[in-house]
Amino acid sequence: MRFKHLHELNTICTAESKTIAQLMIEEQVQETNTPEADVVQQMSEYYQVMKEAVRKGLMEDTTSRSGLTGGDGKKMAEYIRKGETCSGDASALAMAYALCVSEVNASMGRIVATPTAGSCGIIPGVFISSQERFGWTDEHLVNGLFCAGAIGYVIANNSFISGAEGGCQAEVGSAIGMAAGAMVELRGGTPEQVVHAVGLALKNTLGLICDPVAGLVEIPCIVRNGLGAVTALAAADMALAGVRSAIPSDEVIDVMLEVGSAMPSRHRETAQGGLAQTPTGRKMMQKLAKPKAKRAEPDTETQGSNTTDANTTVSEADTDSQG
Amino acid sequence: MRFKDVFSIIGPSMTGPSSSHTAGAARLGRIARQWLGCTPDRARLTLYGSFADTYQGHGTDLALIGGLLDYVTDDPRIPDAEQYAEEAGMEVEFYTSGLPAPHPNTVKIELWHGERACSLIGASIGGGSVSVHAMNDFRVQISGEFPTLVLRHADKAGVLASVTSTISSSGVNIGYMQVDRKARDGEALTAMEMDGVPNPDMLKRLRSLDHVLDIRVIDLKRGVDSDAL
Repeated sequence: MRFKHLHELNTICTAESKTIAQLMIEEQVQETNTPEADVVQQMSEYYQVMKEAVRKGLMEDTTSRSGLTGGDGKKMAEYIRKGETCSGDASALAMAYALCVSEVNASMGRIVATPTAGSCGIIPGVFISSQERFGWTDEHLVNGLFCAGAIGYVIANNSFISGAEGGCQAEVGSAIGMAAGAMVELRGGTPEQVVHAVGLALKNTLGLICDPVAGLVEIPCIVRNGLGAVTALAAADMALAGVRSAIPSDEVIDVMLEVGSAMPSRHRETAQGGLAQTPTGRKMMQKLAKPKAKRAEPDTETQGSNTTDANTTVSEADTDSQG
Repeated sequence: MRFKDVFSIIGPSMTGPSSSHTAGAARLGRIARQWLGCTPDRARLTLYGSFADTYQGHGTDLALIGGLLDYVTDDPRIPDAEQYAEEAGMEVEFYTSGLPAPHPNTVKIELWHGERACSLIGASIGGGSVSVHAMNDFRVQISGEFPTLVLRHADKAGVLASVTSTISSSGVNIGYMQVDRKARDGEALTAMEMDGVPNPDMLKRLRSLDHVLDIRVIDLKRGVDSDAL
């Protein structure tokens, strides 16, 4: 790839009069030696999966396997139909769709990791609600996904995108930054405005801990996807209005690395802190506790001539158990 | 760069709820199945770290079983994988272990089919990406991102030279290669990540080489059981 930082995305695209999406497609073709039509086709298929997830969230039962969550996307959609929303219909619809996709994820339905499964609602929420509002073609939105991908590529390689590594700022925060920047490009903003949108969005998610109740991708993940979609729209609006990120966006990504690395492990997807360890969070976890699988026995069996039970990383005297 | 391209950020298309616990687990199961070369009769899976702690809530067990049935990450049958395993005559046992593992999301997979058996240790490293650390007790380091040839062969001088020259004459570039052996002059295993897809003619020529015991193709994009090649 010809870029590792956001400022390089801006410099190259401005100098060559390209959108970030065009640059990302060219770089992907070069890097993977795959024809452009195939690269675009792959992304186009992903966009159809996102649309299907929104539809499923609105029409079908999204109760999760744990029974803790489901149906909130539908509730939001119904609420919008009934009348005046507080945050405006555009925001509310993005939120409803983001909740839908996140609920489909929690119920083991099909989604696209953007960049992860825990943050899979934000980009579809923003993209699909905006497509309906502005009457955009699928092709336009597929370009938007390449722009979002370029932003995510920079964040992932300079900081992180998983909650286990960097807290929820890395997961939901990255998705918000990607959606905000892509939204600016979809609305015709400049690459420079895209970069500012990413910085504006990321600054507002720094310090967000990953504290899933019972370790499940449900509470608070689903509502954070809903609210994240609205933050992305707001950051895009600020950037399109000319608001700049006073701290350059690449420096914000570096801070995300610093903050995430400093977070104690109990606040990084372990379910050992935050909302997961509130009295109610603990009760939910206890209620869901199931009989575990058998503990691993000492490896004394001799099954099959080609099998070796011992290995280089896990000891043979395997008598410990968490069961 | 840890993340190589746009589809490591947007994608994979997958069955929820967790890219590490579900998509990565399905891919590890599928790699193990391709290593065996067919649907196993029996599978024994031992989970470590976060996999052991939270696999039931995340459906990690179902995703692993789905992978063993050769399902891709977004196969709609994954939530009902236990039932499909039963229909396929596959017996599955899960174990958990508190022992330290190379990564918080690690699984050891042991498979049997008739006389055939194999084992694999792998980890789900985030966003659906995986890393396989051991195959049949040999050290490897494969990602499943590229078509991968795994050769069991005798530890003899010249075997690798004839293997690589056979591959190069087929016009396929080797991106990464790792060799490990049990003992001097004992059994060895070579894993090669390739830029292109191994073709049947290349596999036939490799199989006919002296001291080559067995070849398996790991290819998550195509997912062909080696027996069919």
